[in-house]
Amino acid sequence: MLPAAIYLLVMFVYPFAYGVALSLQDKSGGISLANYLAFFLDPWQARTVWVTASIAVPNTVLTVLLALGVAYTMRRGIRMERTITTALVLPIALGTVLVAEGINGFYGPKGWLNQGLMAVGINDAPRLTHNYTGVMIALLVQHFPFCFLMLLGYISGIDPALESAARVLGAGPWAIFRRVMWPLIAPGVAIAFALVFVMNFGVFPSAVLVGQPAGATRTIAIAAYQQAFEHSDMSMASAIAVVMGGCQLIGLALILVLRRRMAATGVATMGAGKR
Amino acid sequence: MVRLWRLAVFLFVVGFVLNLAGIVGHVVVSSFARRWFATALPGGFTTAWYAYSWREFQLDQVLAVTLVVAASVTALALGLGFPAAYLLARHDFKAKNALLLLFFLPLLIPQMTYGIPLATTLYRYRIGGTVAGVIAANLVPMLPLAIFVMLPFFEQISVNLEWAARVHGATRVQVFRRVVVPLAIPGLLTAGLLVLVTTIANFELTFLLSGAGSQTLVVALYYAVFAAGMRPIYSVDAMAVIYMALVLALLVLVLRFVRPTQMVFRLDRRN
Repeated sequence: MLPAAIYLLVMFVYPFAYGVALSLQDKSGGISLANYLAFFLDPWQARTVWVTASIAVPNTVLTVLLALGVAYTMRRGIRMERTITTALVLPIALGTVLVAEGINGFYGPKGWLNQGLMAVGINDAPRLTHNYTGVMIALLVQHFPFCFLMLLGYISGIDPALESAARVLGAGPWAIFRRVMWPLIAPGVAIAFALVFVMNFGVFPSAVLVGQPAGATRTIAIAAYQQAFEHSDMSMASAIAVVMGGCQLIGLALILVLRRRMAATGVATMGAGKR
Repeated sequence: MVRLWRLAVFLFVVGFVLNLAGIVGHVVVSSFARRWFATALPGGFTTAWYAYSWREFQLDQVLAVTLVVAASVTALALGLGFPAAYLLARHDFKAKNALLLLFFLPLLIPQMTYGIPLATTLYRYRIGGTVAGVIAANLVPMLPLAIFVMLPFFEQISVNLEWAARVHGATRVQVFRRVVVPLAIPGLLTAGLLVLVTTIANFELTFLLSGAGSQTLVVALYYAVFAAGMRPIYSVDAMAVIYMALVLALLVLVLRFVRPTQMVFRLDRRN
């Protein structure tokens, strides 16, 4: 027990504290907010927060809604479930870099998709790689399976008797979803929102390889990386990393508040064991 | 209405799987192409890009680093994680929730966020840029991963077996070696395989910590894709296929032991 805890204290907690301390240091070694001011006053840097949010927020909503729709429909098992879930694990296992390279090829102007579109007569399809759309595709391919598997696990864990009872009492599919299932699923959806948002906000390899890292998809992680390894300014890089962590925390907090609000609107939640 | 909805979901899933097949298929076909330009399939096929890729990207050295890193991280994660998971599964104590949080945070917080301060620290102590630095950094998320995968396995081992052994005169060490370890082997195996495949595919931390001689395959692949145009794209794709083969071989092993949904569900319940 001790060795594992000590290792994480030394390699995780200490660097974090050290990074925060370093971010508060100005050039002369004194304590100040100079790095943060410099970040937010430089439009080129401050913009990255907005750029990252404009990728992360829509992508999170899209990913979670799609995953929820598919997982809910598959909640009592479907044909070929094992094959489908195995296929979905692929992008998670292969990782962002390989998926990015594949997207550049498949969705690229000379790829199969564009060839197919041209074959059916669409010659001026919008460009799908090396821009904002490319990053959205890459993140969706990467995070949909993760989110889907998580929600499928969550939803299939709900006692089917509740649903049957509602049906016997005359509830239609929509009423079952809205009145019985949704209150039970909501906590899982909130977790999914939180996890996907946090992952999206830290996007780095996809934003570089399928995006436009010098412009439209220069995310905050790219800014932090460049500061650390191209300008060797570790205190500024730490400040950006702290801002990134702060944004992720704000996102988490918002999701938790929303979730509490929704729980408070008082939908009957009989059978929901934990709240 | 319900029919229409089911049809829409079905079409989406088919589309998504086709898109995955296209992404993977493009890389595979391209790696065997003599030359491929805006046609359904390349005009001619060759395996020459694999030899080229192996030579030009120094894949022998890169693969050696990858295997050393993956094996070391796995061994360390199991070695340090086994006792931790065992104690967490068996005992309740005051600091348990704080510890669970400490172990959970490196999995929750994205690597880019804590990777920058971690890299800063490791470079200051001159471990950054070395193979040791890559191993040390990767262990930060992999140790918790190993612990959380092993935990449910250990919780399933009945305490009565240990008591029975104690009653029959076994010492604590004997109980651990003769009773606990043999029963824990499925958990160790699952955790070990998952850590192995995750470490090989883990990009961010390795990227931030690796220097010239300490790149793993996925980081080398990143640089090759990043510098697209420096070398023929077919050779980059050949390297991607080599990487893919390595990960898939391990993944097949993993899937023999774990069902994806079951794993996710367990992790979820644990939080």
